[in-house]
Amino acid sequence: MTTLPSRPAPSGAFEYMTTKKDEFVGWARKFSLFPYPFVTACCAMEFMSVSSTLYDTDRFGAALPRFTPRQSDLLMVVGTVTHKQAPILRKVYEQMCEPKWVIAFGVCATSGGFYQNYAALPGIDKIIPVDLYIPGCPPRPEMVIDGIMKLQDRIARDRHPIINEKF
Amino acid sequence: MNESVFERICEHLAGVAEEATVAHGTLAFLVEPARLIEVCRSLKESFGFDMFLDVTAVDWPEREPRFDVVWHFYSTRHFVRVRVKTRVPLADPTVDTLVPLYGSARYMERECHDMYGIAFRGNDDLRPILLYEGFEGHPLRKDYPKQKEQPLVPYRTSET
Repeated sequence: MTTLPSRPAPSGAFEYMTTKKDEFVGWARKFSLFPYPFVTACCAMEFMSVSSTLYDTDRFGAALPRFTPRQSDLLMVVGTVTHKQAPILRKVYEQMCEPKWVIAFGVCATSGGFYQNYAALPGIDKIIPVDLYIPGCPPRPEMVIDGIMKLQDRIARDRHPIINEKF
Repeated sequence: MNESVFERICEHLAGVAEEATVAHGTLAFLVEPARLIEVCRSLKESFGFDMFLDVTAVDWPEREPRFDVVWHFYSTRHFVRVRVKTRVPLADPTVDTLVPLYGSARYMERECHDMYGIAFRGNDDLRPILLYEGFEGHPLRKDYPKQKEQPLVPYRTSET
């Protein structure tokens, strides 16, 4: 009569493999950010500046804007969002596939800025979760690049559950 | 040259227009709400004020009647602007619409209705244009709380 072998004690090998897998996937993902620019206001000028030749987000793998949320994984909310626009922003966020990250670009997207009135949403984090805030009115391109690099560091350190213990 | 046109307008509207003044190169005068259409038609037909520039309102919370409703017109014949004002009370903030005279008044009257709650008698389409359905109150009135929010999307409470 045979008995089924009991589950082997954790050897650390699987942990090692998943750690390496997370590192690998994180490395791949951090250099292939596809931004969706949700551009509503004057910060767009700074967004154009940071995207184009002089500062060039292409160097960080975040250059190719996708104009459909379904193909993008980085939502950049650039500018003031009003209450009337909030349902649109929420819908765009919900249409994005996981994994997804959100950057609040500029002080209006971060907190509403100096718009404290009937029209403006006081920060997009009231309606969608935000990973990174870049303050400034508008932020300098250096700040945006710094923000993107911080987000990349975070992606590199994150866990990326593509395969789990059960494979 | 502007002065002569302004004098002719004032002569033409004598007895109707009160407080006619020239401010910043614009002729400004006050009319009774009941005579608004008559005044605007005569401006348009006799002096070529064929461009409707704007309609807005001014809220004077301490004053009775409380609102000024203000129109601006431009004459492409004489190259001058004119400002027409009238006063309406809070209890009945109603003036006649100018849509039969100027088609472009339709949207601007909607905006004025949004922001100040001025009703335009005869404009049958006063839906919100800059605000949204369900917005309560008129945000540019002085008694609208400055930081009152009427969000369309419920705010997040915890991590979602």
